[in-house]
Formats: sequence, structure tokens, C-alpha cells
Amino acid sequence: MLAVQLAELLDHHPEGAGEALALVDGFDDTLVHGLARLADERADALAALAGAFATTPIGERLAEAAAEVASGSIAEEHLTALAGGRAALFGAVHDALLADLDAALGRERGPWQPTQETAPEPGPYGAANPLGGVRSWLRELAITGWRGVDHDLVSAVDQIVEALTAAPGQRRLAVLLDGFAAELRASCPIAAMEHLPVRRWADLWTRAVLLAQDGVPPGEPPRPVGMVSGRLLVLGVDVHEHGTAVQFQVHAVLEPADGGPARLVRTGVTAAKVDTIVGPALWKLVHEHKMLLAALADRRSLEVTDLPLLDSGDLVWHDDRALLGKPADPFTTARLHLAGALAPAAPPLDRVPVRIAEPVLVEGYKVTGDGSFDLGGSVITVDIGRLPSCGPLTPKLVAGSSACVGLVRWDGGRWLLQPLAVQTKVKRETVDVGTGDWARGPTDPKVVKAEARAGDAVAVLRERAGRLLRK
Amino acid sequence: MNDRSPDGEAVWAQHSRLRVVPPVQPRKLAKVPFVELADGRLQGVVSSGSDISRVYVSSIAAGTHNYNCSTNNNRPCGGLYGSPCKHLRSLAAEAVLQYGPGRVARYLRVDVPDGAELIDCLTGAHEPAPAAMVFSRFLRHLAYLEVPTTTMPIPEMHWFPAEEAVR
Repeated sequence: MLAVQLAELLDHHPEGAGEALALVDGFDDTLVHGLARLADERADALAALAGAFATTPIGERLAEAAAEVASGSIAEEHLTALAGGRAALFGAVHDALLADLDAALGRERGPWQPTQETAPEPGPYGAANPLGGVRSWLRELAITGWRGVDHDLVSAVDQIVEALTAAPGQRRLAVLLDGFAAELRASCPIAAMEHLPVRRWADLWTRAVLLAQDGVPPGEPPRPVGMVSGRLLVLGVDVHEHGTAVQFQVHAVLEPADGGPARLVRTGVTAAKVDTIVGPALWKLVHEHKMLLAALADRRSLEVTDLPLLDSGDLVWHDDRALLGKPADPFTTARLHLAGALAPAAPPLDRVPVRIAEPVLVEGYKVTGDGSFDLGGSVITVDIGRLPSCGPLTPKLVAGSSACVGLVRWDGGRWLLQPLAVQTKVKRETVDVGTGDWARGPTDPKVVKAEARAGDAVAVLRERAGRLLRK
Repeated sequence: MNDRSPDGEAVWAQHSRLRVVPPVQPRKLAKVPFVELADGRLQGVVSSGSDISRVYVSSIAAGTHNYNCSTNNNRPCGGLYGSPCKHLRSLAAEAVLQYGPGRVARYLRVDVPDGAELIDCLTGAHEPAPAAMVFSRFLRHLAYLEVPTTTMPIPEMHWFPAEEAVR
């Protein structure tokens, strides 16, 4: 990302985004005290949300939902309609933001191509369908409001999460609800909490309502739009984590074997975990993906054959269809390929600002006092609070860096840069440090020692599970 | 910006990517594989020092500080002579490592003077409590390690940024 590109991005504010976000904030506020106790101005906020859709095909349903909820008749279908309205507004904000970012970067993005699918089949659960339980729990949450949530209401979702975790194709919803419930539990008594993550919890609630509909695409494993082969050049790994899940999402450039244009792709692995497994031990949870981990740790390219490509630009990783290639460092990859690579479209459900994570290369910046990057007078905040504990990247290394491969994100009304790898000076030598460097175990002797002292958490818990679970 | 010491309500109110649950610190799990602050108790599972297949379920109630320790089959722990047994002492010590002294003390509602051990500041007495619930929560905890990994993308995880490194 050049100085002029950043300046263009920061100067431009998408038209209408402020108004759309104000409607979202109004809706989010109704969830703080609950839909059972809607003061007049909060009922107005629901009506305003519905009003924004007046001339659209869902306008009538939203108007009815807003009116019914305001009058105290709060049915699941009304909540679904309102969640849909909120998601559509955020979808529009997402599209405007991404269009701005693409324009600033000169990035070409492919059109979204849905997989050729017939209407989704009803879930394979019959009477035991856990989605009904999810919807009724989410309805209770909305009626009660965050301020009224207590331990009993949170615990009511435990068994539902257990059923979803075991259900085929419901991993996304299970992982989402588990992370959401853990936050509510840790925040109890919420009535006494000073600040509430109002937008965040409304985001999570909305997302869960959408995923809990029967026949929503994530219910079954998504079918690929095609199979791809070629050379995969890694840019970096973005780590997502909550108490019971960790996702390693690798951003890479794919050079297709058939000679087509280079594409920006993602691939990765998600593992279930428990809260006491943290830091470099996280990599052990995905140890079976040896080729992927070796490519990250040793900075090598990968030759892949017949990986399914999803409509979201995600490659479904199969470790047995990959071979390690030549050394390839992310900075060279970014310099050579980032400008011309074709970016993937966002499928409808992924059109949400939190999902924007565009790889960029930034060079020639000055680091300001608060750790931001000043690029020719344009300043972008660097998200140094999110450097994963499973890798060697620290705020200090980022502050001393001269080049950075990172993800451009948008949150809280501003653009942010999340570093994945930096070029920095250590003892007067320029070195590359990235979030995936410890994919095959820490390389820093101090960290190795600390890990050895703490013992192998994964092994200890697996031993306990082996002895106690199957009795 | 630090998620846990927000510089103002607006920051928390209008961000989507936040860490709401404070991170837990790594600790050795061999002796006390499971600790949690839940259901109004500090509760957990302590491995027996003598029998590899036996575990003790130990708990301390918030507020009253009444405590219990038994095997997972509800046999009372032989070490409870009018004061917390070694399993309860281990449970409290590991909870302090995992959550930090402040969070545990706040949850149990106990005043711990500087230099004192949390377990010595409790005022409760032995009170039988069902072990089965805690033990089944521990088994549920362990069951996460049996869930297979998936290579299908989970876009919802973008709401959960990585745990910050504490170094």
C-alpha cells in the first residue's frame, strides 16, 4: 500500500455509511435493556430500521416485525426479520468499505459466483433439530436484554452447543455460540458491567439468528466452485481464538497451474480446544497438517493439486494434496504478486465489515509514538493488541520495523492495519518475523524453556480424556 | 487501545472485534487439570497423587466459602478434618495462577491481605455438594479435545481476534 493509496482510503468516507450505522446503533440499543421493555425512543429505533427498507421487497415484513415487537408480541419470525434488516444494512456498509479499499489499492475483485445448488434440503435432524433450541434461546436473550442476562439463561445454551458440535455441518454455529456464551458468562452479572460491547454482542446475536435458520447454506458443507492446482505462496497467517476454538487462517497467492491470473486465496485449519491451551501449544492441535505448518515455519511455497475452491475464495486444505516447494518469503511474494492478484468476492453471508481482511504490503513508514504507521503524512492505526500469543511477533518488533505485510481491517469506524509479518532490525541485522514462525514449535530458546517448564497441556489433557472419558 | 481497560464507553460500544473474556494464564495441568469459576463456585478436578485413575472434585462456594472435596463417585475426601484438604489447597493455588488473584478473590468475595494465601482467608466450613455436576462439566471440557479439526472456513471466528501475547 503506497502513501497515495492510504491517503485516498483515509480521505474517502462512503456515502450513507454514517446513516446506516446510526440505524444499526439504534437497533443495538434495544438489545441492551431487552425487547420486553421498549421505551418509546427504542420502539422508534425499530421503526426507523424497518423504514430504511420501506421500498424494498422485505419492507413489509420488517415494518410488521417492528410494530409487533413494539406492541410486545415478540415471535421468532419477527426477530429473524429484524436480524435480516440489520445484516442487510451492515452488508451495504461492508460493500461500500470494500469498494473504497479496492479502489484505493487498485485491486481487482472477481464477481460472486454462487455454486449451482438446488434449494437446500431440510436438515437431517427431524424432531431433534437443535436449531429450534438455538432460535428460542436467542429469542430469550433478545427479550431479556444484555443487562438482564444471568447464569441460568447463559447455561441454557450449553446442551444446545454440545448437540451442534456433534451435528454434521453445524460447526460454524456451534463455534459462534460457544464463544458468545462464554463472554456472557464471564461478564455476569451484566447488570453491574460498566461498559457493554453493544455492537459486538448485537453482531454475534444477529449472526447466530441467521445461521440458526433451517436450510441456510452453512448447514451443509459448502460445495466448491471448482478444483484448483498450482503454486501457493504464503503471505501470512491470521490467528483467531476464543476459549474453545482456534482458527489458523493462511492468506496466500495462488498461481494456477493452468496459467490463469494469480489469485488471492485463504486456506486454513480450525481446532477445538479448551481455555488452558494457549500460546505456542496451540499449533500442536493441528499437528497433522504437516505440509502447511512446514510452509509457514520454514517460509516455503507449496505445490497443491486439486484443492476445492469455495465461492468465498477459501481453499479447503488437504495436507495430502500438497508438497513443499522452494523457499518463498512473504515480502517477495507481496512485492511481486499483490498488486496484480485477483481478489475473491464476498459471498452474501460474509458481507459484514468484521470480515474485511485484505492483505497489503506497507513500506517506508515512520512509527509514531502510539505505534501507528505514518506513511507520507497519512497515519493508519496498527492493531498491536492482536498479535497472537502463538507467534514471535511483539509490539516492540512491529515498532522497530521497516516493512510490514498485514491485513487491512475496519472496526469502530476506522481503518486498521493488523501485522502478519515484519522486517525489522535485531542486533543490527535485518530479519523477517511472522505470526507463523512457530508453527512447528517455538524457535526462541527462552520460550522453548518456558514451554518445557509449563509441561505439555495438550498431552496432559489428552491423557486425562483417554482415562476418564471412555469409562 | 486495550480491550480490557477501554478508553471510554464509545470504544466498547462501537467495536466488533474485542476480547471480552480476560485471557487465562498458562499453568501446569498435571495436578489440577480443570479449574473454573462457574455456578457460584470455584470448582475443579484434582488428580489423585496415588491412583492415576482416581480424581477428586473440589469446590468452594462464593460468599459463604463453604467447601467440599470428594471423589467423582461422591466418596468424601479423607483429608477434610475441619479445614480444607490438600486438594482444595491445590485447587485454590492453581485458580490463582490461571485467573490471577484479583479475579478469584472478587468471585469468591474474599479479602486477601498482602502476602496471605487465598485459601487461608476463607471463613466457611465443610458442606457436602454434589460432585457429579462438576465432574460432568470436566468431561465436557475434555470432550473438546476429541472434536476433529476442520479445514472448512469459519468466518465467524473473525469476531474473535487472537489472544494477545503476554511477554
